[in-house]
Amino acid sequence: MLTRRVIPCLDIQAGRVVKGVNFLGLRDAGDPVELAERYDAEGADELTFLDIRASDQGRDILLDLVTRVSQRLFIPFTVGGGLRSVEDMRAVLLAGADKVSLGTAAVRDPQLIARAANQFGNQCIVVSLDVRRIAGRFELTSHGGREPTGIDAVAFASQVAALGAGELLVNDMDADGTERGFGHELNRKIADAVRIPIIASGGAGKVADFADAVIEGHVDAVLAASVFHYRKMTIAEVKEDMARRGVPVRPTYVAS
Amino acid sequence: MIAIVDYGAGNVASVHKALAHLGQDSILTADPAILRSAERLLFPGQGHFGQAMARLRETGLDRVLLGIIERGTPFVGICLGLQLLFEASDEAPGVPGLGVLRGRCMAFAAPRKVPQIGWNSVRVVRPGSPMDTVAAGEHFYFVHTYHAVAAEPQDVVAVADYDGDFTAAVQKDNVFAAQFHPEKSGRAGLALLRACVGGLPC
Repeated sequence: MLTRRVIPCLDIQAGRVVKGVNFLGLRDAGDPVELAERYDAEGADELTFLDIRASDQGRDILLDLVTRVSQRLFIPFTVGGGLRSVEDMRAVLLAGADKVSLGTAAVRDPQLIARAANQFGNQCIVVSLDVRRIAGRFELTSHGGREPTGIDAVAFASQVAALGAGELLVNDMDADGTERGFGHELNRKIADAVRIPIIASGGAGKVADFADAVIEGHVDAVLAASVFHYRKMTIAEVKEDMARRGVPVRPTYVAS
Repeated sequence: MIAIVDYGAGNVASVHKALAHLGQDSILTADPAILRSAERLLFPGQGHFGQAMARLRETGLDRVLLGIIERGTPFVGICLGLQLLFEASDEAPGVPGLGVLRGRCMAFAAPRKVPQIGWNSVRVVRPGSPMDTVAAGEHFYFVHTYHAVAAEPQDVVAVADYDGDFTAAVQKDNVFAAQFHPEKSGRAGLALLRACVGGLPC
């Protein structure tokens, strides 16, 4: 049976993990490669690297990081942040990423999704939607949630799927950082509207939130950053809760 | 020496890296002479069935690969590399595949989401392949919209369940192929790759 995925997200800046990380026994808590290996050992089903201050200077450092990760990590990993063109994406994929995540660039130019899917295949293309509830409806935002676009998020999700996105990462900007759980209504609306997998992001605060996102929000995967970084919970604890509540998961290995 | 067939399809480098991690030298190549002299061939790939077959035909690699398989060289297909071994795919109607295995590839029907993306548990249904080394219920990473429907049921050695069983791995004589990505399936995948390249019949 296909299992539901648990995906830790690492926020990267100039090749380093920028949010505080509290793993015991790491030589260097800011090294993305070492952290990636640790999450792999703990049972992460995939990893996502988000270059949060993507810049031209940072790009070479990011590519070097992607290369180093791909030589030591043998689970799928996605790279996003500031990818604006097919050439940007090609560089990241050639360096060893399995998928690319497009955000603002796809909002500005949805045809970029079609061009990318045509070049690399749908399975490589994750489109990230930053959504807020504005005047009672779910609206797409850009620039990290700061700018409303006037575009209906559910309609845009359908458009993006038709253009060739392989997956959607739905960031609930209202829930993000609150640690009060994922936005089930938003996730469910999008998950039920499209025939591609949905990854929920934003709002994880307690172990039960992850299974809730699958059961209530109908999502295929759940992504979180700080709750894992700060050791508020482990991936194993999340998966044990999901399994107990009937959500199929890949069992975790014993952490080394 | 292990040769990885480099025919312009995505994802070939990750197999090379996984083998390097296992301490196995391999070469990424489209050179027929090197491919013919290899002890073992890996045939990975991601992408479109029609585009991949067009590329194999343009370069003459289709005949090269068929000749190598005919000679009995151990051959391992991965993902699209499994699908291309069949006779056809609904992804590219009218385009013949390599035809090493009888049957064709079909898309997962609605309401199943496509691509199927994620870890699925695999069940071995017939012995005699590297899948024999896999623990019961082990999970592997799948990314695919099409799945192979074999005309000869005995070619299927493992299945997985996506609202119904589908082909997860095949074996016929010297040819083994997996629909999932062992190079992206963590420890279980690396162990299977090792079994594929480490002397067991493939």
